[in-house]
Amino acid sequence: MSEALARVAGLGYSYGADVALRDISAEIRPGVITGLVGPDGAGKTTLLRLLAGLLRPSAGQIEVLGHNMRTDAAAAHADIGYMPQRFGLYEDLSVAENLDLFADLHGLAAGVRAERSAHLLHFTGLGPFTARLAGLLSGGMKQKLGLACALLGRPKLLLLDEPSVGVDPASRRELWSIVAAMLAEGMDDGMGVVWATAYQDEAGRCDDVLLLHEGVLITHAAPAAFLAPLQGRVFRLTSDSHDPSGAERRVATRQASADPAVLDAVVEGATVRIVLRRDAAAPQAADLGGSSLLAVAPRFEDGFIDAIAADSTPPSVATWVPAQVRPTEAAAAVIEVRDLLRKFGTFTAVNRVSFSVQPGEIFGLLGPNGAGKSTIFRMLCGLLRPTSGLAQVAGMDLLRAPAEARARIGYMAQRFSLYGELSVVENLRFFARTYGLGRAARAAAIAQALQRFELADNANTTAGALPLGVKQRLALAAALLHGPDILFLDEPTSGVDPLARRAFWARIGTLADAGVAILVTSHFMDEAEYCDRLGIIDGGHLIAVDTPAALRERVRSADLPDPTLEDAFIALVGQQDKAVAA
Amino acid sequence: MIAETVMRLHGLVRKEMKQILRDPSAILIAFMLPVVLMVVNGFGISFDARHMKLAIVASAPDEQVRGLAEALAASPYLDPRVIADMREAQAALARGDILGILVVREDFGRTLRARRGSPAPIGLDINATDPNQARLLEGYVSGAVASWLGGEAGERRLHAASVDLQHRFWFNSELRSADAIVPGVIALVMTMSGTLLTALIVAREWERGTMESMLASPASMAELIAAKLGCYFVLGIGSMSVSVAMAVWLFDLPFRGSVLALLPAGALFLMFALGLGLFISTLARNQFVASQVAFLTTLLPAMMLSGMLFDIASMPHWLQIITYAVPARYLVSILQTVFLAGDVWPLLLPNLAGLAVSAIIAVAATLAVTRRRLD
Repeated sequence: MSEALARVAGLGYSYGADVALRDISAEIRPGVITGLVGPDGAGKTTLLRLLAGLLRPSAGQIEVLGHNMRTDAAAAHADIGYMPQRFGLYEDLSVAENLDLFADLHGLAAGVRAERSAHLLHFTGLGPFTARLAGLLSGGMKQKLGLACALLGRPKLLLLDEPSVGVDPASRRELWSIVAAMLAEGMDDGMGVVWATAYQDEAGRCDDVLLLHEGVLITHAAPAAFLAPLQGRVFRLTSDSHDPSGAERRVATRQASADPAVLDAVVEGATVRIVLRRDAAAPQAADLGGSSLLAVAPRFEDGFIDAIAADSTPPSVATWVPAQVRPTEAAAAVIEVRDLLRKFGTFTAVNRVSFSVQPGEIFGLLGPNGAGKSTIFRMLCGLLRPTSGLAQVAGMDLLRAPAEARARIGYMAQRFSLYGELSVVENLRFFARTYGLGRAARAAAIAQALQRFELADNANTTAGALPLGVKQRLALAAALLHGPDILFLDEPTSGVDPLARRAFWARIGTLADAGVAILVTSHFMDEAEYCDRLGIIDGGHLIAVDTPAALRERVRSADLPDPTLEDAFIALVGQQDKAVAA
Repeated sequence: MIAETVMRLHGLVRKEMKQILRDPSAILIAFMLPVVLMVVNGFGISFDARHMKLAIVASAPDEQVRGLAEALAASPYLDPRVIADMREAQAALARGDILGILVVREDFGRTLRARRGSPAPIGLDINATDPNQARLLEGYVSGAVASWLGGEAGERRLHAASVDLQHRFWFNSELRSADAIVPGVIALVMTMSGTLLTALIVAREWERGTMESMLASPASMAELIAAKLGCYFVLGIGSMSVSVAMAVWLFDLPFRGSVLALLPAGALFLMFALGLGLFISTLARNQFVASQVAFLTTLLPAMMLSGMLFDIASMPHWLQIITYAVPARYLVSILQTVFLAGDVWPLLLPNLAGLAVSAIIAVAATLAVTRRRLD
């Protein structure tokens, strides 16, 4: 094996009193893609910044390309390509001007510069767009340009900080293949890549993985070795019932996860994916409430759950039933969108979209950033006037509806939208008042929220200081204080760790069971899996509306015998593009 | 090595220039803001008092009283009218219709004509809500009365005051407020385009993550700072030129000094302002906070404590000491000297030294905080 590109030993980093990384020891090898995997706040960005020499370690040793990064970081910079999370591009410069700037910074001579730029433009498919301002590129194209800029200097070490967040699945795969090809080219020069990601499927494709959780290195292994202990412990539970409706899937999941042998149970289309605890004997399908149990290959997330949750007990949310939900007339859609159109100038952000959501249903709008999800959301919430068409909630147009219509809606924004300076209780009190709950109702609602969302221990903690998972519980608690029967969720679990995500969706599931209609937007396939029905949205068009299982079925073929939701998404968007072109 | 530095600087400067040209806000702050500030402050702030309304209350309007009223009316600063009833005049004063009342007693003409040398008293009541204006009115009225009396005396061969005070105002002979205000506004403009613009631009680089990728590139911190300061220095000199041109051609200020004295002052002050802007944005890393801090630390002191609006010499002693920490004070002093007096080097040099020290402190502080790190 050749010399390591980077070596860290006992590495630690603290932002003031917050410990971001503790005692990390690892080596980054040349010739491979090393995945830096973990949920938000795990320490991925901090580790990358340390490797890029942008931070000075609080403890331990770090050596990159033979240079001690504590004292000699400047010497390593010429051979490091670093792409920060927000691309680090100048949006008011064109594609060519951005590339030129980075070529200047790397001191490339005119000949080399032209050759490399041409090569990278060709590789990234940005050739036709050299004159376009970077700010006007799509998310996927920005990311490719950022990558091209990071690659211009022919770095020995390429550091990519979550390059694939928020871009569409097709671009995400394309990016992976570009990096793999560039690595193959640079392999002889001893090039290596570090790729930070929250996507479990990307982690599974890496040659080597550093799994971080809460600042601690949990595992450093190749995915295959990492998953070896899971062989024979992962199953897919199917049920004979041909009604893959939401309630039934959720009941099956709850029943399965209550079994002592089961470590993890999660919905996957019409089936339930089950991971058994170590050394647990395989239970009978019937005991888990299904009809058959089929062994499947473990995937990266199973390993993650196994690593961080081996000793945990299943979340107690199964017993949690929301009390304040009002009974709704059965089967009447509570969210109704018909022929909804919204233009910004000449740009059509939402193009004749129609769908409806029933009480007790979890409906997901799935699409990349910029597809039009947020615009639909804003129109439903009454924050934006539709150009034409209908957007009704509970039979009312929220743009004109009185406050009582809003009282039926709970809204949880993607970004933490509570007051970071207030404590948990103060936040809840504030939201209870905003929704006009009387003194007695307020006290009761807050007491229930603290108990149900397991916030009692943190009641007096400042909200800004809470860990991400708890913040999110608080945000949900605040959105539900006034007992709404319609709930809007905007990418509710993006970036949280798999355990917190499961707990969150278990809660959402019980709400749906109690009759709450739930509308979710997301670009995460993991979140989409929990939805009863999905609307796939791309370029302002609603391409398909169906259950996750049926969407998979639509694209099943000999080449794709067991398609994932992402496969379905890519295929359906591809078909649509062809149809538009034709 | 040097060739690479040159190439990097070239690339960074070119990038900066393109961004300035494409970003309307940079051009607005650098060139439109000076115009707006100059016009608003130059025309808007005025300490001049013209056509001050004055009532003359005379119970027996004889020849002398009419003569006095004519003399007062001849002054461009006064706008007198004769009112017979004192109560009416007092009501007008209370309403604010008039600024003062000149009370001439019945025996005024007689006493004056009596040649007995006993003084003929005149009363002057002034609305002193604005002390500055009250003092001006007092001065103009007594001036006008004195000159009328001189004329009367000559005509009637009276023994008039044997001293004839002839005053001349130096440096601003017409006592125009613009002449005093406009140099201060130029300092204000340079503070704006220097500190605020740099603070905003650099904070935006932090916000958008471009600073992070610059820091991870082979470019050194010194190169990054040099390119930034260089470009905004040119922009700052540009907005200074606009302001000076407006001062000379729009506000008709004299320019008695030389560009040779003006340029080093402008350059040193810009170094200070740009350095401070970089310093603020490096610590704040956020456009909102950066603009607030820039406003509080530079604009307010530049307006209040630089001598632009309020005379430093008439401030309490402790406040005067604080003004030495406001670099705008040195610039305002230099600008006022260069515009109104000329190249008075004994006056300019200490102020230039003050500016130089400020610039050195600001740039050193910036270098101290902008290590090549994110932490």
